[in-house]
Amino acid sequence: MPAVQETIDQVRSIDVDQYKYGFETEVEMEKAPKGLSEDVIRFISAKKGEPEWMLAWRLDAYKRWLTMTEPSWARVSYDKIDYNDIYYYAAPKKNPAPKSLDEVDPEILRTYEKLGIPLREQEILAGVEPERRVAVDAVFDSVSVATTFKEELKKAGVIFMPISEAIREYPDLVRQYLGSVVPVTDNFFATLNSAVFTDGSFVYVPPGVRCPMELSTYFRINEKNTGQFERTLIIADKGSYVSYLEGCTAPKRDENQLHAAVVELVALDDAEIKYSTVQNWYPGDAEGRGGIYNFVTKRGDCRGKNSVITWTQVETGSAITWKYPSCILRGDNSRGEFYSIAVSNGMQQVDSGTKMIHLGKNTTSRIISKGIAAGKSENTYRGLVSAHRKASGARNFTNCDSLLIGNQCGAHTVPYIESKNASAVFEHEATTSKISEDQMFYCQQRGLSEEEATALIVNGFVKDVLQQLPMEFAVEAQKLISISLEGSVG
Amino acid sequence: MLEIKNLVVQIEDKRILNGLNLTVNNGEVAAIMGPNGSGKSTLSYVIAGKEDYEVLDGEIILDGQNLLEMEPDQRAAAGVFLAFQYPLEIPGVASMTFLKAAMNAQRKSRGQDELSTPDFIKRVNAAAAKLEIPKDMLKRALNVGFSGGEKKRMEILQMALLEPTFCILDETDSGLDIDALRIVSEGVNALRSPDRSFLVITHYQRLLNHIVPDTVHVMSAGRVVKSGGKELALELEANGYADYRESEAA
Repeated sequence: MPAVQETIDQVRSIDVDQYKYGFETEVEMEKAPKGLSEDVIRFISAKKGEPEWMLAWRLDAYKRWLTMTEPSWARVSYDKIDYNDIYYYAAPKKNPAPKSLDEVDPEILRTYEKLGIPLREQEILAGVEPERRVAVDAVFDSVSVATTFKEELKKAGVIFMPISEAIREYPDLVRQYLGSVVPVTDNFFATLNSAVFTDGSFVYVPPGVRCPMELSTYFRINEKNTGQFERTLIIADKGSYVSYLEGCTAPKRDENQLHAAVVELVALDDAEIKYSTVQNWYPGDAEGRGGIYNFVTKRGDCRGKNSVITWTQVETGSAITWKYPSCILRGDNSRGEFYSIAVSNGMQQVDSGTKMIHLGKNTTSRIISKGIAAGKSENTYRGLVSAHRKASGARNFTNCDSLLIGNQCGAHTVPYIESKNASAVFEHEATTSKISEDQMFYCQQRGLSEEEATALIVNGFVKDVLQQLPMEFAVEAQKLISISLEGSVG
Repeated sequence: MLEIKNLVVQIEDKRILNGLNLTVNNGEVAAIMGPNGSGKSTLSYVIAGKEDYEVLDGEIILDGQNLLEMEPDQRAAAGVFLAFQYPLEIPGVASMTFLKAAMNAQRKSRGQDELSTPDFIKRVNAAAAKLEIPKDMLKRALNVGFSGGEKKRMEILQMALLEPTFCILDETDSGLDIDALRIVSEGVNALRSPDRSFLVITHYQRLLNHIVPDTVHVMSAGRVVKSGGKELALELEANGYADYRESEAA
């Protein structure tokens, strides 16, 4: 049972009816004109009721962005994006939403079914817009649930809220950390995000606090709000711990083709942040039309000594993925970890990996990347491991494995290693393998169908990474990987 | 009962089986012997349904079902089991996980319910104990880093758990020391029953001292050229395959 359903059940037991009201005002669509200009940015900032410094920050980013060019070094290809043909705020739907599940792509419905998602939830995910949706959305947005969780977090002193709210309520905290890991000028997409981001999450865990819950449950409830240009900022103060889970195994219907999120993590002395992602956005049809472009900048700063940041990702969706969750190992003895499963099928293109920047002494990092390419997809691991000249005793272990299914896909490994300190020890292992016909025959001889055999072999291949995911999610992710690869054999 | 009639098979334009005929009755243990390159392993692969082998003529009927029209997994569900000469490694997949997946897949295609976990574990533990397979071996990835003897014992464990009706042992004795040979043979003998038949492929008489066959067939140049009782194996051991190689040349 997906965790979302548990949430629904929980909400039901709290009695949701009282929260039906006051919802309609939220449905009202307000939009900025198409395209990007200072006026649009002012409009967004005003809508969010932002302080003057925030607007100035956005405008600064916009000016920078105008001077930048889109990166072209990734091993992906797509038609040129017209940035003036995009709505940057509350984009109206291009096509009317389906009136019922009958109008939804049966392929998507089959996937929901396989994931075991209840009908009610399917409608939400598919964006069905009958009258009842209001009630369902009310459940999801329910103030009551938010309050229940919020109170527990408040007891622990954890701040967890939409970033737009945090900008108003905790301006000093936000101002201190926003853009401190991914600077406004970092890269084309991050700068664009800095100018136009509409929402995302803000987390602050005070010193010595172990966050009492996985921040996934709550996040799923709020997920509806995550827009095209999402901005997330997580700060773990000294000696604290937080685990944050983003995404959903169910494919989401989304009108926005371009997604350019920025996620910043800051871990102070002895703090630990675990950030897990399961991404399953629409990959496009068989010819590769219509899928999501996922151009994300994710970076963690191990700012304090002995701090730890772990990125775990399961990427199965999107037409194009351009994503390198990274760690800056600034504090002495800090540790960065990156565990990744990237599955591509059909016409998908993935260029993903990580950067481990060793600045402090005795910093360690570990990279385990498992790329699975099927269909006609292209799957690239691109990673940088670097040691600053002061990073004595830096250690890295990298293991990149690629698995090919069929003979029309491609897997590429592009590791960059830079060491300016003689005492750094970097290890790199890479393998590319194919599921052999003999392995398939062996499994089939034992009674497994071709697809069952592929799923079993693939799950064995990604096991090291799946183990890093929170338990409930590992099971869903495993199912998701099998589903993503369906039709890739034979 | 397995009936093979006039089987003609080639791989990459090379004729391997040339009109092979063979019948194995229910409960019978049939040994296939023959020199290298006589087509013994090809026969086992073709019965199990490996791709790459082109069947030009003939038929293979198991209990009235035409195996040649079935996928390998369907044949497995119909009762065919092949103990591989070189069992494959499946990295990252614990032997237990593999066993459960295989057992449930076969149950599913036969329209049976999946095994409950306690029931499954009970069955595995009982069968593993008989084959002297330690529990930690079941937790390791299937066949990865297993010794030759461990791999063969794992094959027999799978055979015991999947309860096939037609078992093929493809040179199961290769790479086994005396103790492992004894354990494996005892495992096989324990599975002999009136409704299960075996095709034991081997070069050597040695295995047949442990697994005593009902019939012995000699293969040469892709055909069964002589059939007899278990004494035929002893005769071969004494005289070698020279006679049959000549018939091949003739």
